[in-house]
Amino acid sequence: MSNILLISLLVLGILGAVLAVILYIVAQKFKVEENPLIDEAEACLPGANCGGCGFAGCRALAEACVKQTAEKGNIDGLACPGTDMGKVAAVLGLTAAAFEPKIAVVRCNGSCQNSPAKVHYEGADICAFANTLYAGEGGCSKGCLGLGDCVKKCNFNALHIDKETGLPVVDPDKCVGCGVCARTCPRGIIEIRPRGKKDRRVYVCCSNTDKGALVVKNCSVGCIGCQKCLKECPFEAIEMKGNLAYIDPAKCKACGKCVEVCPRGSIHAVNFPPKKPKVETPATEAPEAPKVELEKTVTA
Amino acid sequence: MNKYTISGSPHVHSTENTRKIMYRVLLALLPALLVAIYYFGWYALRLTLVTVATCMLTEWLIQKFLIKGPLTINDGSAALTGVLLAFNVPANLPIWMAIVGSVVAIGIGKMAFGGLGKNPFNPALVGRVFMLVSFPTAMTTWPKAAPIFEAGFFTDAVTGPTPLGILKESGRQTLEQVGDMQFLDMVLGNRGGAFGEVCAIALILGAIYLIARKVIDIATPLSILLTVFVFTGICYLIDPTQYIAPWYHLVYGGLILGAFFMATDMVTSPMTTKGKILFGVGIGIITVVIRLWGAYPEGVSFAILIMNAFTPLINKAFKPQVFGVVKPSKK
Amino acid sequence: MNPIKTFHKGGVHPEENKFSADQPIKDFPMPKQIIVPLGQCLGAPAECIVNKGDRVLTGQLIGTAKGFVSANVHSPTTGTVAKVDVVMDHTGYYKPAVFIDREDNDEWAEGILVTDELLTDIKLDSKAIIDKVKECGIVGMGGATFPTHVKLMVPEGKKAEYIIINAAECEPYLTCDYRLLLEKTQEFLIGVKILMKAVNTDKGIIGIECNKMPAIELLDKTIKERPELYAGIQVQPLKTKYPQGGEKQIIKAITGREVPSGKLPIETGCVVVNVASTYAVYEAVQKNKPLIERIVTVTGKSVKNPSNFRVRFGTPADLLIEAAGGLPEGITDVINGGPMMGKSVSVTNFPCIKGTSGILLMTIKEAQDRRQTNCIRCGRCAGACPMGLQPFLLHKLAKQNNFDETEKNHIMDCIECGSCEFTCPANIPLLDYIRYGKAKTGAIIKARNQK
Repeated sequence: MSNILLISLLVLGILGAVLAVILYIVAQKFKVEENPLIDEAEACLPGANCGGCGFAGCRALAEACVKQTAEKGNIDGLACPGTDMGKVAAVLGLTAAAFEPKIAVVRCNGSCQNSPAKVHYEGADICAFANTLYAGEGGCSKGCLGLGDCVKKCNFNALHIDKETGLPVVDPDKCVGCGVCARTCPRGIIEIRPRGKKDRRVYVCCSNTDKGALVVKNCSVGCIGCQKCLKECPFEAIEMKGNLAYIDPAKCKACGKCVEVCPRGSIHAVNFPPKKPKVETPATEAPEAPKVELEKTVTA
Repeated sequence: MNKYTISGSPHVHSTENTRKIMYRVLLALLPALLVAIYYFGWYALRLTLVTVATCMLTEWLIQKFLIKGPLTINDGSAALTGVLLAFNVPANLPIWMAIVGSVVAIGIGKMAFGGLGKNPFNPALVGRVFMLVSFPTAMTTWPKAAPIFEAGFFTDAVTGPTPLGILKESGRQTLEQVGDMQFLDMVLGNRGGAFGEVCAIALILGAIYLIARKVIDIATPLSILLTVFVFTGICYLIDPTQYIAPWYHLVYGGLILGAFFMATDMVTSPMTTKGKILFGVGIGIITVVIRLWGAYPEGVSFAILIMNAFTPLINKAFKPQVFGVVKPSKK
Repeated sequence: MNPIKTFHKGGVHPEENKFSADQPIKDFPMPKQIIVPLGQCLGAPAECIVNKGDRVLTGQLIGTAKGFVSANVHSPTTGTVAKVDVVMDHTGYYKPAVFIDREDNDEWAEGILVTDELLTDIKLDSKAIIDKVKECGIVGMGGATFPTHVKLMVPEGKKAEYIIINAAECEPYLTCDYRLLLEKTQEFLIGVKILMKAVNTDKGIIGIECNKMPAIELLDKTIKERPELYAGIQVQPLKTKYPQGGEKQIIKAITGREVPSGKLPIETGCVVVNVASTYAVYEAVQKNKPLIERIVTVTGKSVKNPSNFRVRFGTPADLLIEAAGGLPEGITDVINGGPMMGKSVSVTNFPCIKGTSGILLMTIKEAQDRRQTNCIRCGRCAGACPMGLQPFLLHKLAKQNNFDETEKNHIMDCIECGSCEFTCPANIPLLDYIRYGKAKTGAIIKARNQK
């Protein structure tokens, strides 16, 4: 009896020892030298490996952060939904300037009202596919198709399609500015912009670079490239990209002057105190309407 | 101005749809139902109506209140499950058991997986097997066929064992003594058993219609029947005193019903012909094994359910040959 | 008549609906202004070489091919360039086009022979023929608009054994190729001879579906009348089955060879050319006439007079519809091409181009109920796929954005014939998803190859 006990103890003990040695040797042999920063960055993350960031787990995100810091000197587009990425930025030795909170901005306001449907689409709910078939129900070839590729791709549940307008709406509380939606959109309508001071930002809510006449045909709020805003801007923050005005967020001081001069109401200012529109002259009231609408949806 | 539709090609579609397929199967089951009414009277009709109604109601309730999705109650698939379920149980089964079975068939067998097309197992068989293990006595007390013109429409049926039951319990000699080896009676349905399965002729009539309409593929039922025939045939050749002739195995029990109407369920059977043949052979072998050496007298239901579980694997293993690819990549 | 051949894998048989089969081709009068899109072929659009105010002659070059896969564009009429602007074309997008204000009479550009006489002598040699085809901007006129000269340039080390003329016209409704075969039989056959000479082969096979018996008989008769002239040309009847006219399917049906996955048809020694393109080759090589017109079938169940028109490119489609009896009530689908592979358009006044084989008007009833239900895994799509793919699987994988698996399951072999979606009892837009998956997978493969 004691013999059996002894033998099994011995066998298992030796087996354990041998395996331990093998494990040790293998671990040494296949050891991967890693940047210690990855560990540090990983420590800042929740460690839940939820995959919400779009990576396989927290460590993968940390690795991506370290890699991008080395390559580009920032961690733009990398974000964890549950952590302040500022901490990670600090660990990686990035200054606050290099880590600027960003948000996705939908640069199209061609809603069912502003760009009424001329045709009717039937088929797979994929923007990327519909994009190959036609310009869009409203006829604008740069406008939102409204089938929600961005919504499906968002890891943070920060986007939804507004049933009234048929356009995607960004939830500012949930959006981390990771940029997946911007990369997904087949028409490049979504742009990742800095959130701006006090979350105030001014942008052109249109992506159509076509000639003005064509834009007017299909949409009541599209940018026609009249360049009024360009002349108005005191900071030279507005440039023309084809027939489309573009506000450079780096130069824009969010003064809001361009908003007032735009004859089409294409320039949107978000999170400004609601006083402003009331001060304006009645002449520019009409184009202001969509702006107020958007503010409501965003701040609500 | 009316709006034009923008859609990807093709712009024409065949007139086939899921509903038509389901209704065709229902139509194909009609002759068998009529024969069942002839032999089992009011009980058969009552049971069918109850299971169909319960199945449809269950599906409707789940879609309306649990899934809150689109209602597809009139696509005929729930009704089909109801009919097949009824066909697989004794005609004199208490109504409440049939209701429980139907709820399980639709609720657990189908809707729990997400509804039509997503269930891995044939819902009617799930319901049937559930009842078989829950109410073994009621589910194996088979009424004897008694033509309504002789016995009357509302008469309580006399119960008695099925041929396969006799074979299992008492062996082949008894079977011969009770006279259940009259082949013609067996084919016409004048025997004990679940009321949908008894008449092979009516079932085959329906099956021919389905095959002609290309609703079902002959591959599955043919391979099942051939396998059963060959397998039992070998046993018969080895020891004719113990085993019965293979042609009896074909018409006994629910083999015909199972082979043509249950194993061919599109959702739970393989897609390619090769896959279908393998699937059928599997069902055939398992059925015979259960019939000859298993605890139950009949094994078609179990065989189909077991092979249903293998369907995804079979689908993976037997892919169609891609045009222009010499060696199909095995993956 | 040769015994009927066919491909065996998959295929469907939609209602043929060839209403306009007995309608002779009518010359369509040109409107005051015509709009010639510069992008009329697969690949890069042509580069405009005329300016506003220029006077252009019929057949004059107005757009030059840009890149390898591209084709020249010629002026279909005589007139003045009103402007070079964008127009909503059949793609549903605004694309650059030349607007020409027409003069009443055609003044043909220099060197173009305007005659109806049959010219049987092929004077040019192989290389000159291909150059001429290129110069005249000839593309595959079955709808895909792949430049024909690219097809004819047999790569080194390969040998073209057969010229296969794709006269299957397996698309339901369309009859433009059939009418052309009936009315321009001899010109067409000379065209086949020219193509045979271009690729240096002595075998030319014309594949026709047997629902076009009169054409088969007429071709047989014509060849028999002058066997010395049409030596080497054979007429091969094919079973009426869609997609018989798919390039890979017609090669398989006629020669029994399978184009290897991911390879070009030349691997099997075949060059497949469309009927209308063959006729265009005749006109180009024998008469120096560039591709400026084609036969367009205007059809549909509710169209009053389904017709075949000879149309100069740039003629707005709504005029053709008007001439065919006007736009019927309740039309929901306007399609450029046939019902299986055509493209639904957003506007009816899109200009006709080289690939406009038909203008099909359909009501919602004709197009069938498109309400989607769950996939019941019936496997009909896999059974109908002529390429042996599993559309249901590709649909699922594309939906999941699983492009590694779509590639492994040969999504790139899909010929987008639409048989799967046609046959699907659950009305799932299978092909939409597969096209999406194909585009994505293709992009991934391309990116990988560039690395």
